[in-house]
Amino acid sequence: MLIYDLFKMALRSLIANTMRTFLTALGMIIGVASVISMISIGEGARQQTLSTISKFGTNIITVKPGRKKTRHVSSDSVQTLLLSDADAIEEHVSLIIGAAAQVYRPAQLKFGNKNTNTTVRGTGRKYAKLANFTLDSGRYFTKEEIISARRVAVIGATVVKNLFPDINPIGQELKVDGNNYLVIGITEAKGALSWYDPDDQIFIPVTTAQKRLFGMSYVQSIDIQADKIEDLEQIKKEIDTFLRIRHGIREGEESDFHVQNSSQWLNSWGDAAKTFTYLLGGIAGISLLVGGIGIMNIMLVSITERTREIGIRIAIGAKKSEIMEQFLIESVLISFIGGGIGIMLGILISRTVSEIGGWETIVSTQSILLAFGFSVAVGIFFGFYPARKAANLNPIDALRYE
Amino acid sequence: MGQLYLNLSSESVMIEVKELSKTYQLGKVDVHAMVDVTFRIDAGEFVAVMGPSGSGKSTLMNLLGCLDLPSSGSYFLEKFDIRSLSPNQLAEVRNKRIGFVFQNFNLLPRASALENVELPLLYGRIQNSHQIARDSLERVGLADRAMHRPNELSGGERQRVAIARAIVNNPAIVLADEPTGNLDTRTGDEIMNVFSSLNDEGATIILVTHERDVASRARRIIQMKDGRMHQDILNEGLIA
Repeated sequence: MLIYDLFKMALRSLIANTMRTFLTALGMIIGVASVISMISIGEGARQQTLSTISKFGTNIITVKPGRKKTRHVSSDSVQTLLLSDADAIEEHVSLIIGAAAQVYRPAQLKFGNKNTNTTVRGTGRKYAKLANFTLDSGRYFTKEEIISARRVAVIGATVVKNLFPDINPIGQELKVDGNNYLVIGITEAKGALSWYDPDDQIFIPVTTAQKRLFGMSYVQSIDIQADKIEDLEQIKKEIDTFLRIRHGIREGEESDFHVQNSSQWLNSWGDAAKTFTYLLGGIAGISLLVGGIGIMNIMLVSITERTREIGIRIAIGAKKSEIMEQFLIESVLISFIGGGIGIMLGILISRTVSEIGGWETIVSTQSILLAFGFSVAVGIFFGFYPARKAANLNPIDALRYE
Repeated sequence: MGQLYLNLSSESVMIEVKELSKTYQLGKVDVHAMVDVTFRIDAGEFVAVMGPSGSGKSTLMNLLGCLDLPSSGSYFLEKFDIRSLSPNQLAEVRNKRIGFVFQNFNLLPRASALENVELPLLYGRIQNSHQIARDSLERVGLADRAMHRPNELSGGERQRVAIARAIVNNPAIVLADEPTGNLDTRTGDEIMNVFSSLNDEGATIILVTHERDVASRARRIIQMKDGRMHQDILNEGLIA
């Protein structure tokens, strides 16, 4: 028998039991739709996280102060890095574009009768470039303003929204912990992560922050930008060696600082998000499996019902393989139909989620192929046993079956 | 035993069975459904197999129809030693060389008359199956009912469709198992007329029945009793 005729026959028997076919396919529809929508939600979350994180720059090495232990006496851990360390690194370490020290603290801002709590970040000139901030309007502070520790500020988009909803903030003076600061620039909005809004901060010269605002002599971190990502490891080593010598740390002694790399952070975040996606997809995959069991169940019922038909077919010359093919095609067809509708439903769900929930979702061709391929495989796998059972029926008994 | 072809005394031998036996095992008990049956049927014969229930007629039909294999003995259908064939070859023999007609018609309920008749052609991968099936329906006088489903046909019409299906591949033999058992006398007569005219056209027909009237339409009657062949007689009334 030609495959075309087998398809026609399978389709006919599926149509003859429309309701049953639909309910059986529903298992597959739900399975495929949930796999596709779950993966798209996971993928969307991953891409969004990664793209937001990469806005901070991926070729950045961060030096943070660490605990220094001398003869079992711990000294205060956070005061080991100085502004001069940043300058020295910039001057002496090769393969880098620049280094910027920073200090930061939450502070209260006031303008007119409005106030807000935000992070005040004291940085050098290079920080904006290092942290991938671009200016929306105005300017960044000059070298001269840093040296003379002027009270000037570049503010983030969220701060603009909170304090200056109606007027252009540039040229206005806002109060930081009671002191007036001149707004000279606004950074372009980056968009918030769920746990961190990079636009909710203001930048002031690091010297101003140290001397006038926070009263501290040390810095909280130094960011170094590499020229090329490939050089990151070498630069890390160089900084480590350089700072150990500069801080007079002897061999075998623990460093009083840590050198970190933001791309490591990015990778581990990416991995975590990927695991999350797999987890979602895996849970959804279970429903596919349940759908497959539904197919097997209904195929077994169908074969019992059609025992006599199978007997007739064998009597008029159907080979075992042809009986088997007929029922396999039926089960695959159910999963095929279920898979097809499931894909459409899955896309619909992920669109709805991104529209209503405001989440980004990404329906990848890969996830569609995966879900569809898996559903057809489920159809074959769960259709195989019933089909073989049909093919092995004894024609004499089958013909007598009432 | 190993020989595939039998040296036939006559070119016209259709079926040759020798000491054919079938034993079923029911638990630990051996049931001898058929014991040492030997006969020969030539092309163009019209044979009725008679006997009370349990006499082994159904077993004989299943064996002749290649739905079952004998426990011992030999069965040659048109020179082929049935016992030497593979399951797929047996399927092909059932498809092309044997036509079945059953008591309860055994049509596919969801397919039209034409599609039911066409089915053996599809399994045989025969071209132009539509036209051949239509011709076959015409032979049994049902061309105008081709598109009807079995539940839209009368019992007699259903059996005609079944006969059209049985003969669509021009088989060597037509095996009919109580073909009139579910029909009233008049319709049964009509069906027997169809068999008679097919036989006149040259078809070899083997018919199982327990009705004397039906058997009387055949030219030869084989009587079964307790799994053995009891009598093999020519139907004098018809011949004479």
